[in-house]
Amino acid sequence: MKPIQPMEPMPLGTLERIKNNNIIQAWLVLILALLFGSSLAGIQITLGPKIEENKINETREKVPELILGKEAALKMTEAGQSLNVMPHSFVVEKPGRKAAYNVYEALDTKKNRLGWVVKAKGQGYADKIELLFGLDAAVEKITGVFVLEQKETPGLGNKIVTDEWRGQYIGKSTAKPVGVIKGGGAGSDDINAITGATISSKAVTDIINSAIADIKGPLAEKAKGGK
Amino acid sequence: MADQPTAGERFIQGILPENPVYRQLLGLCPTLAVTNGLQAAITMSAAVMFVLFCANVIVSLIRNLLKPHLRIVIFTLTIATFVTIADRFLAAYVYQMSKVLGPYIPLIIVNCIIICRCEVCASKQGVVAAGADAIGQSIGFCLALSSIAAVREILGTGMLFSIRVLPEIWPDWVVMVLPPGAFLTFGLLLGAINWYSSRKARG
Repeated sequence: MKPIQPMEPMPLGTLERIKNNNIIQAWLVLILALLFGSSLAGIQITLGPKIEENKINETREKVPELILGKEAALKMTEAGQSLNVMPHSFVVEKPGRKAAYNVYEALDTKKNRLGWVVKAKGQGYADKIELLFGLDAAVEKITGVFVLEQKETPGLGNKIVTDEWRGQYIGKSTAKPVGVIKGGGAGSDDINAITGATISSKAVTDIINSAIADIKGPLAEKAKGGK
Repeated sequence: MADQPTAGERFIQGILPENPVYRQLLGLCPTLAVTNGLQAAITMSAAVMFVLFCANVIVSLIRNLLKPHLRIVIFTLTIATFVTIADRFLAAYVYQMSKVLGPYIPLIIVNCIIICRCEVCASKQGVVAAGADAIGQSIGFCLALSSIAAVREILGTGMLFSIRVLPEIWPDWVVMVLPPGAFLTFGLLLGAINWYSSRKARG
């Protein structure tokens, strides 16, 4: 007769086995996830348009600064003048995908074109980065960069919002992509990366470079076509 | 449970005797990060109060269904939901403030005050006690944040709520607005409170 092993586990009944099933044990987690998920979807549907509206308002506010520079924009506001902003949207056909861009055209009171502001987004280090950048009327130079939304690391990556860092892009040519230099000493076509946040710096630069590559053609065409 | 504090005791404890920041040294990330202005500190406290209250109530309601090894998952799930709601709400109605607070609102998810209160109080006590606990702790958090923020904003910029309170000749003490100022102010206030309570204990 085979002796009974003292440590031999008792065979489980079907009911026991169902009770110990991981999925069954996690029923509360699953139900809560479903409930919370749907309520968040509801919140997003209700508040989403309002958040978008806030962003569009901020974009319109920033247009003068991005095209004319901070001081000129401030002077203009003090003088009580404002720019006419015309929204356009462009769809750029690329192999395998379509890219849509919102572009704001800035006109002065005499309907002369002063420049363009392009909205672009892309992946940053922590989350999506959404930014605006200004181009001059002939689409040859970058006139300013503004970060609309970011969730980069506090103290490192979130320095992309500082005036000082963003200012590096002003005056860069659109003829070739902007480069990122680590450790300082950037040339005229490059910008200096933020110390400890090379990925965030590169992300912003990549977003701008790829948006310029996509939108330069259509914008230049439009610039030639109309006034 | 008989040995648990009552709702009233929970409420009072949160404000001073067990103040989350000065007594338990919890939630120091937002304490140090968003206290360079009083407005930001109060918005942050309001967001924490909303999240803490909702999470405590929900956890308290389902406390009998919790499995010990899955409780942290459920706490985190609940907290993350309400943090997302608070984040979206701020972005919709207090847009500029939500940009100032930036990533710190989503970081409430990992704020240890909330998970600590879920674990210590809400998962063991009824809804009333859990709610009172949440409000008491949030008031304590708000007091701590506002005290640090008031000192830093006055010394750093000469302003309070972005309104000038010190004369123009005040040389703005910029370091107070920067991260080192947060450590300095927090350390000194914490020291002062410990000194005061030890003196009181001696009689």
